Amino acid sequence: MTAIPDQGAHTGSERPTFLSRFQLRGAVWLAAPAVLVLLVALAYPLAIVVVRSFTDPAPGIDNYIWFFQSAVNRNVLQRTFVVAAWVTLASLICAYPYAYAMTIVGRNVRLALILCVLVPFWLSGVVRTLAWVILLQDSGVINSMLRGIGLSPVKLIRTLPGVIIGMTQVLLPFMILPIYSVMRGIDTRLLQAARSLGAKPWRAFVQIYVPLSLPGVYAGAIIVFILSLGFYITPALLGGPRSTMLSSLVQNQVLSLLNWGRGGAMGVVLLVATFLLLAIAAPLMRQKHTSNRREA
Amino acid sequence: MPSFPRVFLGLFCLLVAVLLLAPTLVVIPMSFNGNKSLAFPPVGFSWQWYANFFSNPDWTTSFTNSLIIALIVAVVATVVGTLAAFGVTRAAARTGGLLRALLITPMVVPGVVLAIGIYAVYLDAHLVGTVVGFVLAHTMLAIPFVLIAVQASLEVFDRRLETAASSLGAGRLTVFRTVTLPLILPGILSGALFAFITSFDEIIVALFITSPYLKTLPVQIYTSITRDADPTVAAVGTLLFIATSLIIVAGLLFGMRRGRT
Repeated sequence: MTAIPDQGAHTGSERPTFLSRFQLRGAVWLAAPAVLVLLVALAYPLAIVVVRSFTDPAPGIDNYIWFFQSAVNRNVLQRTFVVAAWVTLASLICAYPYAYAMTIVGRNVRLALILCVLVPFWLSGVVRTLAWVILLQDSGVINSMLRGIGLSPVKLIRTLPGVIIGMTQVLLPFMILPIYSVMRGIDTRLLQAARSLGAKPWRAFVQIYVPLSLPGVYAGAIIVFILSLGFYITPALLGGPRSTMLSSLVQNQVLSLLNWGRGGAMGVVLLVATFLLLAIAAPLMRQKHTSNRREA
Repeated sequence: MPSFPRVFLGLFCLLVAVLLLAPTLVVIPMSFNGNKSLAFPPVGFSWQWYANFFSNPDWTTSFTNSLIIALIVAVVATVVGTLAAFGVTRAAARTGGLLRALLITPMVVPGVVLAIGIYAVYLDAHLVGTVVGFVLAHTMLAIPFVLIAVQASLEVFDRRLETAASSLGAGRLTVFRTVTLPLILPGILSGALFAFITSFDEIIVALFITSPYLKTLPVQIYTSITRDADPTVAAVGTLLFIATSLIIVAGLLFGMRRGRT
C-alpha cells in the first residue's frame, strides 16, 4: 500500500446525491482541529522567524545583506547544496538497482529486502548516526581495520566525505521506497512487447522501463535533496568546523550568539530554497502520488 | 535479463543491503564494552551499560518522558489526523487536494527553522521544558503520517457500504461505529504507530525546547554522544534496534497474513 491514488481519479466515479453533497460541504470542517494545530505549532512559529529576520535588531534587510556579504556564509550555503547533491546522487545510484531487484525477486527475498530498508527507516536517526561515529572515528572500526592490514589510518570523522557517507546511509530508505512504489506498478508486459518487436533487452529497459520509473526517481530525489538541505543531527555529529552545514549555522546563531535576526535570515534562506525546489519538482512527480513511510 | 547482469545486480543489491543494515549493528558489540569508551574494538565483556540504562535516573526519566509524550501524541495525533483524513477524502476534490498539501507541509519544513520558531514561541508562552509544549510540537509533526495512513485506507473503502447501512435505518454515528471504523481500523492503527515513533524519535525540535527538568530520550542520547564516550548510548541503541526490528517483522507478518504484501 505505498501508492496513493490521485485525488480526482476516485471521486469521479461516485456522483454525489443531494444528501452526500450536503455531507461533503460539512466534511471540510473535520480537518479544522488539524489545521488549528498547524496554525499554532507551524505557521505562527515560521511567521515569527520571518518577522525577526527583518526586524531584529533593527527593521530592514540588514540580516540578509550580512548573510550574503560574508564569504564564510556563502561558502556554507554552497557547501550545503553540494553535499545535498552528492548525497542525492549517491543514494540514487544505490537505490535504483535495489528497488528494481525488489520488483523481480520472489516473495521471500523481497520480504528480506524490504526488511533491510524498513529497519533503518524506522530506527532513530540519532542511533544510526551514533553507529557512524563509532565506525568513522580515529579509533573506529574502519581505521582499526586499516591498521590491521598494515595501512595508515585515514581521517574520516569531521571531514566532508564522512558527512556525505553517513547522510547517504541515513537517507537511503527515502530514495528506495518511492522508486520501488512506482516500479512495482510498471506493467512488465511492455518490455516483452518491445522485445518481441526486436528490441535488445538493454535497449528495451532504457527506452521503456527507465522513463516509466522516472516519477519515482524524481520523488525520491526531491525528498532526499530537501531532507539533506535541512539535515542537522548527522552533520553536527559527524562533521567538523570545515564541514559545517547551514542548519548548524542557524542553531549557532540562535542558541549560542542569541542573534535571532541573523539566525532567522539564514532559516528563511533555507526555507525559501526548500519551497522553490518543491515548486519546481512538483510537476515532475505529478504522474503518480508517492508517499513514503508506508509499507507492510 | 541475461544471466551476467543478473549476477551483477544480485551482488550490488547484497552490497546495498549490507550498507543499509550492517553499520548500525556496530552498536551491539560496543554495548558490551568492558571499558568506558566508544573506541573500537571493545575490550572485555560486561552488562554494566545496560544496568546503567535501567538504574541511572538520567536515562530512566528521559526514557519515561519520551514514552509518556509519545503515547499522548499517538492518541491526539491519531484522533486529529483521522478526522482530517475524513475531511480531505470527503471534501470536494480541489479543496481536499489543497488541504492535503497544507497538512503535509510539516514533512518538508527544515527541522532547524521550525525548531527556532517553536523555541521563540515557547519562550514567550512559557512552554519550554513542558509536556504540553512537547505534545503540541510533536502532534504537528505526526499529523502528516496519520493523514497519509488513514487516507490510504479510506480511499479503498467502498462508500456504498455506508449508503447501504443508512438505507437500512442506521444513524450516522451507528454507521461510523459499526461499518466505517472497523474497515479502516488497520489504517488508523498504523497511523497511531507512525505518530508514536515520530514523537519517540524526534530530536531537533526537542533539542531546542528541552530543559534540565524535562529531557527526552533522543536528547539524552545526543548530549551523551557529544559530552562523553559513555557506552550506555550503545546499549540504548541496541535496545531500540531490537525493538524496531521486532515491530517491523510483526508488521510484515501481519501484512502477509492479510495478503497485502
